[in-house]
Amino acid sequence: MNAIAKFLRSPIGQKWVMALTGLFLVSFLIVHLSGNILLLLPDNGRTFSAFVDWMESRWIIRILSILLFLGFAIHIVQGILLYRYNRKAKGARYAVTATDNSSWSARHMALLGIGILLFLILHLWDFFFPMKVRKTFHHHQLYDEVVQTFQNPLWVLAYVLGMIILGLHLSHGFQSAFQTLGIRHPKYTPFIVAFGKWFSILVPLLFAIIPIALYFKFS
Amino acid sequence: MKLTLKIWRQKNAQDKGHFETYEVDAHEDMSFLEMLDVLNERLIRQKKDPIAFDYDCREGICGACSMVINGKPHGPLPGTTTCQLHMRHFKDGDTIWVEPFRAAAFPVIKDLMVDRSAFERIMQAGGYISVNTGSAPEANSIPVPKPIADKAFDAAACIGCGACVAACPNGAAMLFVAAKISHLGLLPHGQPERYIRARKMVERMYLEGFGNCTNIGACEAECPKEISLEHIARMNRWFAKASLIETEEA
Repeated sequence: MNAIAKFLRSPIGQKWVMALTGLFLVSFLIVHLSGNILLLLPDNGRTFSAFVDWMESRWIIRILSILLFLGFAIHIVQGILLYRYNRKAKGARYAVTATDNSSWSARHMALLGIGILLFLILHLWDFFFPMKVRKTFHHHQLYDEVVQTFQNPLWVLAYVLGMIILGLHLSHGFQSAFQTLGIRHPKYTPFIVAFGKWFSILVPLLFAIIPIALYFKFS
Repeated sequence: MKLTLKIWRQKNAQDKGHFETYEVDAHEDMSFLEMLDVLNERLIRQKKDPIAFDYDCREGICGACSMVINGKPHGPLPGTTTCQLHMRHFKDGDTIWVEPFRAAAFPVIKDLMVDRSAFERIMQAGGYISVNTGSAPEANSIPVPKPIADKAFDAAACIGCGACVAACPNGAAMLFVAAKISHLGLLPHGQPERYIRARKMVERMYLEGFGNCTNIGACEAECPKEISLEHIARMNRWFAKASLIETEEA
C-alpha cells in the first residue's frame, strides 16, 4: 500500500489520478446522456419520468452518485495542484508564443475545466439542489421543471455553451488519459484517438440538442 | 536582406533582462548563428557587449545551440537545430524575436545562454548501463528485432538540447527523459535496469524542478530530432511499473 500511496503522490502518479478520474467521469457522461435522450421521446416525459423513478429507488445509484461527487472533487483539486505545479516549473513566459505546434484545447485544459465547473454549478443549481436539497419539487415533476427551464433561450444558450466547452475539454482529455496511463500501441492508438474525437463531438452534441429541441417543441 | 532583431539581453542570472532592437543586413545563405556572429562582430567593434549564445558543432548533432526564435525553440523549420536554420527561411524586412529557452529548471546565465546542467544530473541519476558491456559484439550474437532496434534508434537520436523543455508550456522535460529511458531500456544490455532507471531518472527530473506533462505535444512538434511522444507513454508505463511492482534495488 505504501508503494501505491508513494506513486500517487509522484507527479506521474498525480497524472494517473487525473486520467483515471477523467475516464470515470467520461463513463458517467454516457449514463447521464442515456437518461437525457429519453426527454426527446414524444410521450410527454412518461419514459423519462419512469427512468427517474427507477434511478431514485436504487441504492446502487446513490452509492455511485457519492463516487461521482468524489470523482469530480478529486479531478478538480488534482487539476488545480498540477496547474500550479506546472506554472511554477515554467517560470518566465515568452514574449512571442507559437500556437501552431499544439491544439488550443490541449494548451487550455485548465481554463476549459473552469468553464465546465461553472456550467456544473449552474446545472446543479437548476435541478439537483431544488430537487434533492431544498426539495422545492418532487422527482416526479422533474420533466416539467426541465421543460420549464428550457423555455428561456438564455438558459438554452448557456447549456449549449457548456457543451461546447465540454467537447473541447474531451477532445484533448480522452486520448490524453490513455497516453498518461502508458496505453499506447501503433495498432490501437489510432482507434483510441479517433474514438476520442468522435466521442468529444457526438456526446456534447446530443446533450446540446435536448435543450434546443425542448425549446422549439414547447415555444 | 534587412532584418530587425528583438533580442533578449540579460547581464547575469540576477539581472531582470530586457529586449533590445538591432538592425542587421544578412545574407540568405548565412545560418542563424552566422547572422548573430556578424552582429556580434559589429557590437565588438562598437565596444559593446556581444550577445552571448551557446553553440558547438554547428552541424546539428551536438545539442549545444538553443534560443527561441519567434516563439519556437530552434526557429520555424521542423526537425532543425538553430545552427542548421538558414536565413533564406526568413523574408526581407522581417522582425525576428529571439529569446532564451524558458523554464524554471533552465535559469538564464547570460542573454540567450541558459544553464542546462539539470539534464546532466538526470543522466547521472540513471542514464547509463551499470556494467561495462565491452566493445561492439558480433552483429548476430544477440538478436534485436528490427522494430525494437528502430524505436531505440529513434530515441537515441535525442541530442539533449532541451528544446522540448523550452517548447512545453509546463516546462516539462519528459520527452528528453523518456527518450533516454527508451533508448537504453529497449536494447538487451540496458534492459535489466530499465524500471529502476526509469524511476531514478524521473525522480531526479522532478527534483530539478521540471514540470509535469499534460500531453500537449509541442515538444514533439519542436524537437529538432522529431522524437515521438510514444516514448513518454513508455516512460509512464515503466515508471508506474517501477513504483508499483518492482521491488529490487539496483
